[in-house]
Amino acid sequence: MKGLRVFFVGGLISYRALFGFLSLWIFVPALILTPIFQILLFAYIGRAAGVGSDEFYVIGNAIQYSSVPCLFAMTQTIADERFWQTLGPILISPAGRLPLFLGRALPVIVNGLFVAAFSLFVGGLLLGTTLDGATWARLAPVLLVGAFSCTGLGLVNAAIGLRVRETAVLSNVFVGLLLIFCGANVALSTLPGWMAVISRGLPLTHTIEAARAVAAGASLASVRGLLGREAVVGLAYAALGVAMLRFFEQQSRRHATLERV
Amino acid sequence: MKRLRLFVFAWLLHFKMLSQSAFDGFLAILWPLFFATVAFFMFRAGRGSAVLGPVALGAAVMGVWTATSVSASSALQRERRLGTLELLVASPTNLALVLLPITLATSTIGLYCIVATLLWARFLFGVHIPVAHPLTFGLGIVGIVVTIGSLGFLMAVAFVRSRRAWAIGAVTEYPVWLVCGFLVPISLLPNWVRPISWLLGPTWGMRAIRAGAYGGPHALLDIAACFGLAAAYVLLGVLVLGTVLDSARRRASLSLT
Repeated sequence: MKGLRVFFVGGLISYRALFGFLSLWIFVPALILTPIFQILLFAYIGRAAGVGSDEFYVIGNAIQYSSVPCLFAMTQTIADERFWQTLGPILISPAGRLPLFLGRALPVIVNGLFVAAFSLFVGGLLLGTTLDGATWARLAPVLLVGAFSCTGLGLVNAAIGLRVRETAVLSNVFVGLLLIFCGANVALSTLPGWMAVISRGLPLTHTIEAARAVAAGASLASVRGLLGREAVVGLAYAALGVAMLRFFEQQSRRHATLERV
Repeated sequence: MKRLRLFVFAWLLHFKMLSQSAFDGFLAILWPLFFATVAFFMFRAGRGSAVLGPVALGAAVMGVWTATSVSASSALQRERRLGTLELLVASPTNLALVLLPITLATSTIGLYCIVATLLWARFLFGVHIPVAHPLTFGLGIVGIVVTIGSLGFLMAVAFVRSRRAWAIGAVTEYPVWLVCGFLVPISLLPNWVRPISWLLGPTWGMRAIRAGAYGGPHALLDIAACFGLAAAYVLLGVLVLGTVLDSARRRASLSLT
């Protein structure tokens, strides 16, 4: 019961604290407006290049942009503790590490889902590629799996944040790599073979593929395999993230570097 | 002469400082490369490798705006955080003379992006850029750095009362890339967007650079428009800055505490 309380209540408080610092003046430009502009940018580049449809870019970029909240928020909910010198008191508390860190991931996943869905909706409205209610109902679990998977990578990033100072730079690098590799704007068949292989091991690749199939009319059952692979990718990153958090925590205790900023 | 010395030293100092920063230096160079790579793949898949030259030039210039949009918008906020804003405002030097070199230093960082993107395009995608008119090309590059630095100055002044200026600056990144025709011809955009493009100096700088590389009509007019708009941004910025500082002094709100 205590673990559940740490997971849900602790995670929520940490997330509220994060956006308490960030405020709506950052949330709206960064997570509401920018994804719409990214969708428009790539839709127009696609038109200029004569490749892909507007729907291709709306879906790809809406989902790819969910990596921004998933990576940044997940990282900052832990790295900010270090910055504000509160990580030490948290880590000497008797709370279990798993509910402590994973609890912080839950609101991040919900936020990632919201950003993807909102961008998809508004981007679709602007470019005339709206989806019907039934398609939205099928898309919801697809977007959720994508947000979960990307938050797993965010957990890895957060763990690295226990060691390196420039977490914002690192998060941007991950977002940029996903932009190239996850098939948001460049079909995997167009990428060189070695890049396509890497893509399969990254979050969001399978989600984007599944979402495009669902938007084209496929049933949820027919994309089960893609969603399963995406979930496995997410679980693998989450497990790696938790292991890295443990490792870096031990290292910081040993070398007394926990609060070095 | 004293003012020129101040200007040059301030520009150099901030350029060196920004070059050392992981966020303003390293990331500002790396970030546009991600977008350039995606654009190269998209254009190569759609219209073939032959069009990658102009795309590479557009992608290279995107980096100048990336380097400037966030850093310049938050230039005053940074001084405020460091506790130096009041000192700068109280000093006998006009604040514009202190601020303009900072924003120009941010756009000068963009030169790294131009070089990095063109090398990236050359060695990874085999893109060769012929420079048909080196003087026009060079003036176009200088023009784009100056006009973007000046636009950054105007943004820095406009957002002086905001603690979240960097977020407002960041949100302008993609729209400016799009509206100034870096990767997408302006003729493809809706008609109502075109007057906005004309009011943005980078639009004309981009045209001048492409004319310098591939030849084209009216290159000198493009360069003149680029520098003319830069001068207009600076003039407008100085006027706004005076008003904003007067208001901040009257209300004692400079530090926003």
